[in-house]
Amino acid sequence: MILETASARRALLDRSRTVAMVGASPNPARPSYFVFSFLRTRGRFDVAPINPTVAAIDGVRSYPSLAAYAAERGAPDIVDVFRRSEEAPQVARDAIAAGAKAIWFQYGVINDEAIRLADEAGLDVVVDRCLKVESARFDGGLALGGLNTGIVTARRRVR
Amino acid sequence: MTDRSFGFRTRALHAGTPPDESTGARALPLHLSTSFVFDSAEHAAELFALRTYGNIYTRIGNPTVAAFEEKLASLEGGLGAVATASGLSAQLIAVLSLAQTGDHLVASSNLYGGTVTQFSVTLKRMGIETTFVAPGDFGAVRGALRENTRALFVETIGNPSGNVADLAALAEIAHAGGIPLVVDNTFATPYLCRPIEHGADVVVHSATKFIGGHGTVLGGALVESGRFPWGAGRHPLLNTPSPGYHGLNFVETFGEYAFLTRARAEVLRDVGASISPMNAWLLVQGLETLALRMPQHVANARAVAEFLRGRAEVAWVAHPDLPDSPERERAARYLPLGAGSVFTFGLRGGREAGRAFIEALELWSHLANVGDAKSLVIHPASTTHQQLDDEQLIAAGVGPEMVRLSVGLEDVADLVWDLERGLAAAARAARVPA
Repeated sequence: MILETASARRALLDRSRTVAMVGASPNPARPSYFVFSFLRTRGRFDVAPINPTVAAIDGVRSYPSLAAYAAERGAPDIVDVFRRSEEAPQVARDAIAAGAKAIWFQYGVINDEAIRLADEAGLDVVVDRCLKVESARFDGGLALGGLNTGIVTARRRVR
Repeated sequence: MTDRSFGFRTRALHAGTPPDESTGARALPLHLSTSFVFDSAEHAAELFALRTYGNIYTRIGNPTVAAFEEKLASLEGGLGAVATASGLSAQLIAVLSLAQTGDHLVASSNLYGGTVTQFSVTLKRMGIETTFVAPGDFGAVRGALRENTRALFVETIGNPSGNVADLAALAEIAHAGGIPLVVDNTFATPYLCRPIEHGADVVVHSATKFIGGHGTVLGGALVESGRFPWGAGRHPLLNTPSPGYHGLNFVETFGEYAFLTRARAEVLRDVGASISPMNAWLLVQGLETLALRMPQHVANARAVAEFLRGRAEVAWVAHPDLPDSPERERAARYLPLGAGSVFTFGLRGGREAGRAFIEALELWSHLANVGDAKSLVIHPASTTHQQLDDEQLIAAGVGPEMVRLSVGLEDVADLVWDLERGLAAAARAARVPA
């Protein structure tokens, strides 16, 4: 199912623990490193890089492929995609084969075929959103930056 | 949580200010703390590298200030906001987020005098040049754009002229030139006009005025839509490696948040014109009742304008809501709930009549501010502009006969009673029959 509402994205994050990040870069200037480092240091997620060109990032072992990840760690809750849009369909096929429960296409990763493949295979799909931003939207981080979370509630947030 | 789109009044009360997570406090806590502890050395490093969210030091951000920022961003329909010490510092930070020495701005010629000075003196000394053009002359606006122009700047309602900017048309011109439309929305507030809905990209405020609403504290803010393509090539400050952040490219790393991140983490950090948490707290109180106060400001201002229009001592009244105003059509489009409560009128009898008028008033406060709950008045020719002769006054768009009102929330009958006393004194001074 394609998740288009804030509440659906929040529910996905609440029920997810493991994140396989396809295209995670060890270069500290790259956006994927920002997201990787954010998820790693927050402790809320168990995040692993999927990058055949490096052995590890910040001490976290990198897997050469989603298949290699799944063989050792089992199906990931979320496959987070930092690849060019034209490579997204292959990542979607790999995510389906790995048994992923959800696939998350980062800002600018937009490919109709990839979305359709994942949706039809029963994965939850998020498109053109940032996992870091959405995570921070619901945990209070975004609000500390003066950013509009869209959250309106008189209920106290429970950690 | 819910996906409902809540109304303006509901968001004015709740956006940015949920119950406090750690204590359950229902009102916004006032965090008077300069600094915030790190969880660990790694946490500190992540914060300084902008890889995680959180508080470091109140010059850059503070939880009480952030609540004000989010509430205002929600009301303007923006992606986020950066609060500042004043309206002028909000403008400065907006400009410095986009422009540097050798760059150029195009600005409306109908702007607050303090803004004109900021642009034509201080920014000019920093090597940022501004061309001022009449905002209604679209050909002139288009013709003023250059290769190095970084933004087009206008006021929703010009101070003090009362001209209403055609925001949609100006946004189109700006976007065709590859630059953002920056709008000072101080006189309208988001209750009367939300420039982002009309195509504006950045909105700036002097929150000192109607947002605070009670003449108590200074504050400012910039709000951004999140829609402008900062990576399209015209804004290298956002789209080239930043020496202030180890070669970080704000557009690549923060996407739609590039402008707001740079405005806070680099420009506000380095300029240091930060708002006090105390002031932000009071501005949040102001925003909670904005939707109650503004309709009364508008109604009182219309009643006062109508009264003045019928008086022989008054040569003219420039209120955009009056039926014969040249601004009426644009006011109806952009300010359907009313054109605010700051406007000017002209007294017969010039400078002396103006001085006599002001000195005879009992209830209107004679001071240099607008947007207070109390009614305010100023006669520029005998105060802020007294060093100018009549010719220079007219050149500055401030005739010797001009009086500016900021109509407050008193009983209209009392405001009119006082104005009648002032007009009688003006007539005596001008020897004009009342």
